[in-house]
Amino acid sequence: MVEASATALDGPQGPKPRKVFSRRNIFLYGTLFVIAIYYALPLYVMIVTSLKGMPEIRLGNIFAPPVEVTFEPWVKAWSQACTGLTCNGLSTGFWNSVQITIPSVILSIIIASVNGYALANWKFKGSDVFFTILIFGAFIPYQVMLYPIVILLREIGLYGSLSGLVLVHTIFGMPILTLLFRNYFTSLPEELFKAARVDGAKFWGIYFRIMVPMSLPIFTVAVILQVTGIWNDFLFGVVYSGPESYPMTVSLNNIVNSSQGVKEYNVNMAATILTGLVPLTIYFVSGRMFVRGIAAGAVKG
Amino acid sequence: MASTRPSQLFRNKTAKIAAIPMIVTALFVFVGGTVWTVVYSFTKSGLLPRLKWVGLDQYERLWATRKWLIAIENLAIYGICMLVLVFVIGFILAALIDQKIRFENTIRTIILYPFALSFVITGLVWQWMLNPEFGVQNIVREWGWESFTFNPLYNADIAIYGVLIAGLWQASGLVMVLMLAGLRGIDQDVWKAARVDGIPTWKTYIRIVIPMMRPVFITALVIVVTGIVKIYDLIVAQTGGGPGISTEVPAKYVYDMMFKASNLGQGFAASTMMLLTVLLVVIPWAILEFGDSKKHG
Amino acid sequence: MNLTSKLLAATALVAASSTSATELEVMHWWTSGGEAAAVGELANAFDATGNTWVDAAIAGGDAARPVMISRLTGGDPMGAFQFNHGRQAEELIEAGLLRDITDIAEAEGWKDIVNPLSLLDSCTVDGRIYCAPVNIHSWQWLWLSHKAYKDAGVDVPTNWDEFVAAAPKLTESGILPMAAGQEGWQQGGLFNVLMASLVPNEVFLSVYGDKDTDVAAGPEIARVFKAAADARSMSSNSTVQAWNDATNLVITGKAGGQIMGDWAQGEFAIAEQVAGEDYSCLPGLGVTELLSTGGDAFYFPVLKDEAQIAAQGELAALMLKPATQVAFNLKKGSLPVRGDIDLSTANDCMQKGLALLEKGALLPDFNQLVTPDTKDQIDTLFVEFFADSSMAVDAAQAEFVKIISAAE
Repeated sequence: MVEASATALDGPQGPKPRKVFSRRNIFLYGTLFVIAIYYALPLYVMIVTSLKGMPEIRLGNIFAPPVEVTFEPWVKAWSQACTGLTCNGLSTGFWNSVQITIPSVILSIIIASVNGYALANWKFKGSDVFFTILIFGAFIPYQVMLYPIVILLREIGLYGSLSGLVLVHTIFGMPILTLLFRNYFTSLPEELFKAARVDGAKFWGIYFRIMVPMSLPIFTVAVILQVTGIWNDFLFGVVYSGPESYPMTVSLNNIVNSSQGVKEYNVNMAATILTGLVPLTIYFVSGRMFVRGIAAGAVKG
Repeated sequence: MASTRPSQLFRNKTAKIAAIPMIVTALFVFVGGTVWTVVYSFTKSGLLPRLKWVGLDQYERLWATRKWLIAIENLAIYGICMLVLVFVIGFILAALIDQKIRFENTIRTIILYPFALSFVITGLVWQWMLNPEFGVQNIVREWGWESFTFNPLYNADIAIYGVLIAGLWQASGLVMVLMLAGLRGIDQDVWKAARVDGIPTWKTYIRIVIPMMRPVFITALVIVVTGIVKIYDLIVAQTGGGPGISTEVPAKYVYDMMFKASNLGQGFAASTMMLLTVLLVVIPWAILEFGDSKKHG
Repeated sequence: MNLTSKLLAATALVAASSTSATELEVMHWWTSGGEAAAVGELANAFDATGNTWVDAAIAGGDAARPVMISRLTGGDPMGAFQFNHGRQAEELIEAGLLRDITDIAEAEGWKDIVNPLSLLDSCTVDGRIYCAPVNIHSWQWLWLSHKAYKDAGVDVPTNWDEFVAAAPKLTESGILPMAAGQEGWQQGGLFNVLMASLVPNEVFLSVYGDKDTDVAAGPEIARVFKAAADARSMSSNSTVQAWNDATNLVITGKAGGQIMGDWAQGEFAIAEQVAGEDYSCLPGLGVTELLSTGGDAFYFPVLKDEAQIAAQGELAALMLKPATQVAFNLKKGSLPVRGDIDLSTANDCMQKGLALLEKGALLPDFNQLVTPDTKDQIDTLFVEFFADSSMAVDAAQAEFVKIISAAE
């Protein structure tokens, strides 16, 4: 085992022809297979349940594949499920979530990457203190900050507007993202930075021409984190925006938490998957980019 | 750290201007909000924040409340288990995947996808999986093992571990990816050198590779620990704090006090205790991290 | 903050509230089947006046309440909102966030039509009226499934003792004797129903009204705790969370009965069950027939836009009109707030409630007597009590006395 894994890590020149059924391979793939089942099973249950009719669900076996496949729960979850008087399902919330997520992700990543860059390469007096405060901020439970933020937004006249919500997401995304960017920029070869300085490049010049192009993987991680976090947010969306711009999670909460007589598990599951679809897609697409970015040798040894 | 050196040479106004959003956020939101919370924790605020001073009353009540004590105990159990397991699992998974395996994309995707789901979804689906009537227990019994019992969510003594299963499922993928990024960032020469010196693989990991991955570990640590401290949605979706009050956590206590009991003062007192604990961890870390760099700088 | 930002905030406020002249955003947490149908009646009636009801429903009072408070304090108020009247809203009124609707109440003569008048008192602070009560909800009902008892071969109980006595038979037939949702407000509520029904009224009033710890520690409350222990063992296999999921167990005959407020009626109605045939209801658990007079009310934030203020007034007046009251309450399963309307179309259970209302067999609502804080502590106690069958009756009572002694 020891020897084998050591050879496996031998440089990037593809695998050497090797016996497929070596003990090492059986162990490795066996383990990975079991792990994959543990991770995949809940998703399987969600999908299978969402395709069943209610009578079949009552039979009680959540792992059994559907006898009769129905897409009705999906249709219902997307466009018909009611909350109070409005019966639009998740469809309206979806576009609101898009409108909230895109500017929030962009703004928060721009600000955090500049923060990280300044902290890594242009330290000034007190910058460590502010960074420490930011890290501290990462630990603050959101509920605690609910009212102070309401007051803050009211004072700057942004309460109840989309820009206010974008601002809140930017603020609460800042600690982790800044940390991410700072660590990443710190790990870039210092010689690059010095050479650019010698060539007369300034703050923004170095940022745009050297740092950003070299930082694809970390930008990808940031996008994954932010899209996931903002898309899945319920509390900020419901508190800081009005009903005309409630995100999808508010509709999801309403569908899942208000049963109409009988809990419609299939609709709940379909709604759940539909809500999770955007971050999942972003991940599937960017996940590959992420690893490719890293494989391109962007991280220094 | 080495990269702090240029700052000594090139002081720059632009950097300070560029950092204004960060400074404003740090001062007005995080410091301001915290001070505000601490101040109001000494008041008898009900539905709305009001400056009606009551001294330490809220804290006396807080520490006499069983729900709060249970919440802290749960956070400690959950936190320690989560921290240890998520790193062990995350690192092992990353090391396994780093073995130039086939289907790497597929497996990595399967492990990381839970992170894309919200806690509400995670809680809901694991509530199902662990439901004795139609979840895992039922299936194993149908296979013929009639006496098989696995219903953590219905047993007050171990319910918090049922939550842990869901929490690990959700978070370990991200740790794995961060670790993988760290491992891939290690120069191949390091492995070659270790092999030439005849150091066994596991020792290379522990002695050489992991110390080199320090920034990645710190990033992962902050993400995981903040997730632990803030745990709320998962509990609400999966157990609602039950059975009884056996899976209560501090953030839920805060929320319940503020919005169910309309007792903001009590909620702020609980928040203050949480913030204080965080400070006790963050400040020593900062001194370690930055106190050092100044000496070298 | 400085002057400019205040001005900015003020303009934002005006801009936000003047988007459309007669659209009024109404916020509530009525999302279950029967509740939504009832809200629909209010909305239809309001739309018929030429205004537009903009529905903002958020499932779950715990999720909705912070949103409402934030909207109010953030200076972006909605047009009207459902809130538990009682002691909760006092602070909002003190902060000047809610509109005084005394003029509307006087013009509509609410003082003369609202019955019992205590409902209007709950909306009144310093002689001014701040909310429009829309219904009377009472907690003290035991809902019984005829199918369940038929399947078990026992007569449908007529009071609490028979209900407890029939439990073993039901268990034998694989039927859950008692359905109960595992949420604090339901479990605390259940205890209060037992207290209101099984011991004399004075006990209820001296414990929750006067916060008398001697009575709370006394033998009568001990009896209530014993009954709660019975309820605990009868419902020990009930794993549902939401109240309407528990009601559904009764509707389908999977459980014998459930203690729940009259809003459960709406679920029976949606399932097209007939009171007296498919299910029975026992007010006061068939022991002490009485009702508590809690209920729902709508509050109206202070707005700036004239057209919206006018719309608020119309909505408030509309809510107590006879036609609205009948339509709304029939769907909601609650009782109307005025005694002068014909409810002959109401079913068996509602008629029982109306008769009690007429007789004046009433108890003040628990939420009028204690603060939300005390209520939450009591709820938490019973969450523990019902989840942990090893929690002794006297230990729980001692805990209860502690809560009462600290209550305001």
